[in-house]
Formats: sequence, C-alpha cells, structure tokens
Amino acid sequence: MSELPSPDEFLSKIDHKPSPTGWMDTPVEIRRGIACHAAKPDRLEYVGFPNPREWSCFDEDWQLPENWQEILHKGFKERLDRFRSVKIFMDICVRCGACADKCHFFIGSGDPKNMPVVRAELLRSVYRNDFTTAGKILGLFGKKAKKAYGARELTLEVLKEWWYYFFQCTECRRCSVFCPYGIDTAEITIFGRELLNLIGLNIDWVAAPVAFCYRTGNHLGIQPHAYKDMMDFFTDEIEEVCGVRVKPHFMKKKADILFITPSGDVFADPGTFTCMGYMMLFHFLQEKYGLEITWSTYASEGGNFGFFTSHEMMKRLNAKMYAEAKRLGVKWILGGECGHMWRVVHQYMDTMNGPADFLEEPINPITGTKFENAKSTKMVHICEFVADLIKHGKLDLDPSRNDHLKVTYHDSCNPARGMGLLEEPRYVIKNVCNHFYEMPANTIREQTFCCGSGAGLNAGENMELRMQGALPRINAAKYVHEKHGVNMLSCVCAIDRAAFPTALEYWLPEVDNCGVHELVANALILPGEKKRTVDLRNEPLPGMEDEDDE
Amino acid sequence: MRLNNLLAQRKTAIIKNWFTLAVETYPPDTASFLKRQKDPFANPVGKTISRGLEALFNELLLKEMDHETIISFLDPIIRIRAIQNFSPSQAVSFIFLLKKTIRENIKKGISEEQLFNELLLFESKIDQLAMIAFNLYMQCKEKIYDLKANEMRNSTYKAFKRAGLVREMPVDEPDIKPNINA
Repeated sequence: MSELPSPDEFLSKIDHKPSPTGWMDTPVEIRRGIACHAAKPDRLEYVGFPNPREWSCFDEDWQLPENWQEILHKGFKERLDRFRSVKIFMDICVRCGACADKCHFFIGSGDPKNMPVVRAELLRSVYRNDFTTAGKILGLFGKKAKKAYGARELTLEVLKEWWYYFFQCTECRRCSVFCPYGIDTAEITIFGRELLNLIGLNIDWVAAPVAFCYRTGNHLGIQPHAYKDMMDFFTDEIEEVCGVRVKPHFMKKKADILFITPSGDVFADPGTFTCMGYMMLFHFLQEKYGLEITWSTYASEGGNFGFFTSHEMMKRLNAKMYAEAKRLGVKWILGGECGHMWRVVHQYMDTMNGPADFLEEPINPITGTKFENAKSTKMVHICEFVADLIKHGKLDLDPSRNDHLKVTYHDSCNPARGMGLLEEPRYVIKNVCNHFYEMPANTIREQTFCCGSGAGLNAGENMELRMQGALPRINAAKYVHEKHGVNMLSCVCAIDRAAFPTALEYWLPEVDNCGVHELVANALILPGEKKRTVDLRNEPLPGMEDEDDE
Repeated sequence: MRLNNLLAQRKTAIIKNWFTLAVETYPPDTASFLKRQKDPFANPVGKTISRGLEALFNELLLKEMDHETIISFLDPIIRIRAIQNFSPSQAVSFIFLLKKTIRENIKKGISEEQLFNELLLFESKIDQLAMIAFNLYMQCKEKIYDLKANEMRNSTYKAFKRAGLVREMPVDEPDIKPNINA
C-alpha cells in the first residue's frame, strides 16, 4: 500500500494547500464572486469625483493617475491631521487579536485578511513606513528590518489589496465592541475608501446610488411621479386589505412632521409592506389625533451612500433632509427604518449640516413626550415614536393578527451600534406580536451580526461574499427556527430587507424577512376598517378567513 | 465486519483527526480559530464541520447508508465551502481526507488482520460520499447563479409589476394583419 499515493498526496497534485505564509507575504488574489464591479465613469463625472474611466479590477492596468502614490500620500497626511481618531487608531493597536474573530466576513469566509486587525494593518503598514520616525530609520536597514517593524511601501500590489479588502467590510462596527482600546475599524474602512476615491477607485454599487441620489434624490434614480405612483398603488393595496383609503400627504407645507425613509421601502419587496405600514400608521394618527405627517419626493431617500465615498459627499447628500424640512416649515423630522441613515443622522448630521435651529426640539404632540436624545438633530426614529405611542396606550392594536408569524428580531447594525436603539423595536414587536423569540445573546443587541451586505456591498456580482457575510446572522436565525419554529426575521433597515431575502433563500429558505412596521400595520386597527382576512402580503390570516370562504 | 469494529473502537480519534485535516484546508490562522472556538454562534463554520463529520462517520459505519441522512449533514458543510474561497476540488477535498485518517489510525490493524478487502469496500463508501458532495456543490453554485440573476427581479421588478408600472406583452394580442397592399 505504501507505493500508492496517499489521498493527500493525490489531492496535492490537483490542487494546492493554503499558503502557510503570513498575511504580508501572501499576495492578493482578486476573485470573482467576492469583488464588486468598478464604478462607471458617468457616476463619478456627475458628482465631480476624480479619474472617471471604464475599468475593471480584473484588468492588469487599473488606469491610475501617473502620480497616484503622491496623491495617496498627500491624502493620507491630510487626513491624519484632520481626523484625530484615525491618527490614534493608526498608533495604538497592540495587535491583541480581540477583534480578530469577531468579523462576520472572517467567520464566514475564513480569509485571515478579513480579521479586522489585519484589515487595519493593510493601512497601518504603509502608515508606519511613510509617517513614523521608526519606519523611516528602519527603512535605512533594508526591507527585512522594515518588515520586522510591520512597515511596507505602498506598491500597486498593496493598493489592489486595499481596494479588495476595504470593499469586504460593511462598516458594521461589531469588531469595535470587542476592542479594549475602542478602535473603530469601520472608521478605518471609511478612511481607506476615502483615500481610494481620491484616485477613482470605487465600486458601482456605491457610485451609482450616490449619483442618482444627487440627481433625483434617491438611490434608484426614481423620479417624483414614479414615487407618487408607487404610493398610489400602496393606497389601493391597503384599501383592499382593510377597506380604508389612506390619504398620504406629499410636500405639505406646515405639516407637523416630515417623514423620511429609505427609497428601498418604496421600491423593493419586502420593504414595500413596511412602507404600507407607515402609511397606515400615519392615517391612524391623522384620523384619531389630527397629526399631519408629510412625505417628500425631494427628500425621498434616507440612506446616504455618500457616507461610503467621502465625508464631503455624505454632507452634500444629507443636506436635502434639513433643506426640505426648512422649506416645508415642519416642526421636526421623523425617520423610518433605515440603517446607515441613522449613523449619519446620529453622528454627523448635526455638526455637518446643522444646527437645525429652524426646527423645534421634538415632542410627541400626542403624548407630550420630549425626545431628549433628538434634541439637537431634531430627528426621531419611528420605533422610538411608536414605542412611546404604545406605552401611552395611543394605538389600537390586535396582535393576534400576527399569530401566523413566529418572529425574531435582527438588530440592524447602525441603529443598534451606531445609535443605541435596542429596546424600542423589541417593545414595539412584543406589543404587536404574540410570538417573539430572541436569537442567542452573542448575536444580538450590541453584538449583533451584520446582514453582510451593508456599506454598498449589496451588489449581485459579489454574491459569494454576501453569503459569507450573512452566514453568522442566518446561523443564529436557524437556531431559533429549529428551536421555536421562528418563520420571520424582522429588522429595521432597508439594506437588511434587500439582503436578507436572498441570504435566507440560500441559507434558510423556511424563514422570511420583514420590517417592524409591517408587523405594526398588521396589528393596527384603523378607524372604520373592515374585518381583516389577509395580512399586508395578501396572505390569509388563519382563523380569520372570510365566512363565505369557510 | 471486523474493519467496522476496528473503526468503531478508534472512532473518537478518527473523527478528531478528520476534523483537524478538514480545517487545515483553511489558512493556518483560520484553522486554529476553527479548532479553538467552541461557541456554535461565534464559530458556525467549525461547528458545522465538526457536527457534520461525526454524523457522516457514524453513517459510514452502518451497513446501509441512508441517502437523506447523508445529505442532511453533508449539505451544511458543502453549502459553506461552496461560497468560500475554494476551487471546486478544494471544496469537496475534505471527504478524501478521511481515507488518509483511517489508513493512519488503523494501519497496523489492517495489516495484521488482513482487512484490505474490507478497507476497499469502506473506501468506496467514502467515494460515494464524495459523489454526493459533488452534486450538492453544484446545487449550491447553481443556487448562487440563480440568486445573482434574479435578485433584482424578485425585489424591485416584482414590486413595480404589482403596482402596474411595467407591462408585459398582453397574451391576447389583437389580431391585426399587416396591410400588404399599402
């Protein structure tokens, strides 16, 4: 038997074993299914971004400006001076490894360069080489000495590695929860992507929404009349389900509140059912309490993909929210179920485009509750608003209309970790559903696992990457599905609602996905409504079938 | 089946070795994480592999393997490896590593007790496992291609269609004959 090749010898002849080298000596291999399409030139031209051209990451030549190294060096330096956080994050990491195994992309892909510490080292290695005294001195003793210090030059190979791995991070910040120094790897990715944008290296799934949003106000480039058409259609659908015709306001001057939500809720399933939920809620509040909430086809996007390109672009896209609130003369802004919109609102908007001193400090006119946390931004999350209404008994609810659903809740990364919205969505769900089950503790709340498609990575061509990223979240959902029969994964983010149906179809097809306000609307008893026999998806409610059907 | 007795006796060691070899198909840093982290939610890949390999080995020890049971434990492992950075042969290679594990673990017993024929039979069962794995791998890849092709259609297009904002060609097209004399 010893003359025969052993199975592993046999295998080694047709394929290779993983590289035993450390990360710095392992060359980057850009793979299909992981990398995204490059940004098309017209997207960049529209917003005045540098180096617009047709290119692909699979090309040998990325058509970079001749002095790309100089541009990046200068950009790096400027940002080290401008963002103290970045400078600190470059210096203080002791490579303890606490973050290493916390990233959903590392867990799902098994690629060590997706360990947050290594992702940051991609930049830090160049920082050490170019901006530290030790790096400069050790450089005199040759490459070996430099490498021992963890420093390296910014070569084309390194640049390609930056591009590949900074677009394998969803900026979800799970790793930062575990860092003893509080290093926020999301900020490192934000910084890295901002540098890449200086030489025209972006992906189309980020650049297209940015250009569309700048032009028409939302990611898909849907024009105002199509927005209105969709809302008209939802009005018909709602009437069919409830027998009540809702009358949404558009750009109503002097309305009490301006409502802004991601356009995904208006244009893509299953967000559309959440959108119908908002419309029913606002109708209820107008009928019962005379509260006027208006929509806007101008501020028709809560999401801000500018956040994934540069601070300046984020500011430009965000500006329309305050501008529209000012133009309409509303008291304050109510925000829908969105992910990074809330990160931008909570952490940037106030100092970027604020202070919005023309708006009032938000008070719920129905309950009198003062939203202290939104005192400065003047923007309240719909879950805070609805939780407050429920707490004061202001909504008429029949949770049994969600009895066909066994619900779990995915803490969408940005609302959870970016603004601390943990209790309110749960409070709302528990009041509108009778069957709610939590996923395991180390996968929810601050430790929630990302959907795997945020920060502009929800493209189609990188499907394998998205499935890698979604694995830890869906694995936890699978556990509650098997243990409690959970059949609905709820969330408060439009990217989640775009990503989960696909991820669930691959990993856990028995479970569906919805927004929290779809559940609210199923339970909400509208004044003058007919007996409900179906839910918002037109699926029959067990035990509530029409008598004619029985 | 004397071989089965031998394998059953060495079961724990064989499964452990097989698991080690399987996770060593990942880069060294990843392999050590997959071995070390025991929490199934912090380490779904390691947990799925270890749970699956144990169940598959138990199934191989039975006289008749149950196809459905094999699939139920093999699918979760292949489903993961089909979307990771592996070539197709790398993705299913861990199955053949069981042969190496067995040969190493019971080498002496096989020679002493002249179990070569039984070993060949057992190894062909492993080959069957590999064939099933190949089917599953293709199913997963086809699913990925399907998702890539239909995602936009399933979300945005479907919503627009429901809203009547896009129109398909009507089935009952009016029967208009071209005026050939014109």
